Amino acid sequence: MAEWKPDSARIEIAGLTKRFLTPKGEVFTALQDVTFTVEPGQFCAIVGPTGCGKSTTLGQVAGLDRPSAGSVKVGGREVSGITKGISFMFQSDALFPWKTVLANVMVGPSLNGMPKSDAVELARDWLRRVGLAGFEDRYPHQLSGGMRKRVAMAAAMINEPQILLMDEPFGALDVQTKAIMQTELLGLWEQLRPSVLFITHDLDEAVALADRVLIMTSGPGSIKEAFDIDLPRPRGEVQAIRHERRFLELQDQIWASLKDEVQQAYARTAGAA
Amino acid sequence: MRGTVTASAAPVSLGKADAVVGIQASARRARTRRKQLVWFGRVLLPVIVLGGWQLFTSLGIVDKFFYGQPSGIWHSLVTLVTKGTAFGSIWMNLWVTIKEAFYGFLLGTGAGIVLGLLLGQNRLLADIVGPYIKVINSIPRIILGAIFIVAFGLGTFPKVLLAAVLVFFIVFFNAFQGVREVDPNLVANVKVLGASPLQVARHVTIPSALTWIIASLHTAFGFAIIGALVAEVLGAQHGIGLIISQAQGTFDMNTVFACMTIMSVVTLLAEYLITLLEKRVLSWRPPSRSESAGI
Repeated sequence: MAEWKPDSARIEIAGLTKRFLTPKGEVFTALQDVTFTVEPGQFCAIVGPTGCGKSTTLGQVAGLDRPSAGSVKVGGREVSGITKGISFMFQSDALFPWKTVLANVMVGPSLNGMPKSDAVELARDWLRRVGLAGFEDRYPHQLSGGMRKRVAMAAAMINEPQILLMDEPFGALDVQTKAIMQTELLGLWEQLRPSVLFITHDLDEAVALADRVLIMTSGPGSIKEAFDIDLPRPRGEVQAIRHERRFLELQDQIWASLKDEVQQAYARTAGAA
Repeated sequence: MRGTVTASAAPVSLGKADAVVGIQASARRARTRRKQLVWFGRVLLPVIVLGGWQLFTSLGIVDKFFYGQPSGIWHSLVTLVTKGTAFGSIWMNLWVTIKEAFYGFLLGTGAGIVLGLLLGQNRLLADIVGPYIKVINSIPRIILGAIFIVAFGLGTFPKVLLAAVLVFFIVFFNAFQGVREVDPNLVANVKVLGASPLQVARHVTIPSALTWIIASLHTAFGFAIIGALVAEVLGAQHGIGLIISQAQGTFDMNTVFACMTIMSVVTLLAEYLITLLEKRVLSWRPPSRSESAGI
């Protein structure tokens, strides 16, 4: 639909540092001097061990949280307050359990002030796109995990966001469902081409989906290395990509960089336990 | 994709089909037997309790002067309904008590919900007011009834007030907790989609807290009745509580028990109505998560 994306979808993070005060009163540095840029329409994945501040970074881009130092710019403008044109997807479904599937998808357009009949129309269309036509009147608890994820995806995409922030969205799914959802995400992304910041601890997922993979170190979180993924687009079936030679080469390279981090993080938690 | 899995299970031989029918029939029989057992037990239990009571008081093992007697309670009930009381007909008195309890319930619930939602969302306010709420909560609230009667007289208002005070804390703590239990991801999600604080409350906080609030209403109405009755016992011109305290003064235990029965029926009816409301408002919830819902 939108081949050309304006610069307003560019994410520029420079020298981002985030410190928290722990309950004991000590200063904990979650992010230290993080710098990277996501070009408009780029699919960027951040991989790193658990607890390295990946989710904190997303909160900064969305404007849910303020940086302690450094700058976060979206479309050339410093983030202050909630950033416009952004959608979020979480590991938990973050669906309203008391709303029907249709009402859940409608939330975005309704909050934007779209008239109800148009919002219903649009939501129905999006449910068709994610293969959930006929499930409009169900409640989330009546759906399977994969179906709930599709609802969350439709709800995130319906506003046609310029930027899509995804926090381990498929982390809780079984392997087969995960692969299906990844393929569908790629399909939708290729139609709308938002800039994506995709957080995961699954290296395969990152390489299969992204244009660029950033490796994050832990304690405090900072960007260790960046890899450009030159697998051709459209990627098609995610499961098929995994057997391509180029995929395995890239995966190998990145794993070499990631391995140390994972081992260090593991040693730290093991030592603390 | 799933179709291929079920297809392999489709060709069932006739012998297997017969076995399935047999299993079904025996499972149904077992279920019917269990149901019968449950109902038998349900009937047997009051027969033993009430029958035993009647028997022991008739035999003089237990003094019916102090403990009443089921047949005597029945007589009192009939007398209350047919002849009325010294303070007007039983219906009029019952209406007075229900009215007091109901107004108290509304007042207490309203205040509890508003304050619970407010403090639940505002941490600063909660930190400031929190200790004082704990202090007020630790007051033996029944005693407040005595103060209310002295301050506001024998009319309806002090009863409503005591009922409201009893109801308030139950609803308040539930509403407060309900707001605190809201999924932070849901809040972040609507905020990112551009929701104003008011919209966050409307779309996330209030529906989420509603589960907790409605659960508290069951207990709350019982407490509203208690509040109204106790205030009436402490001083009133009409009401079931007055009849009870009068009967107690003349050692008429049967009338006390009769009034108790009447109020239990009222509470059961209210409980039923609240359950209806709960089913309607919370129709989105997965069917009964806990066994206690069946009781």
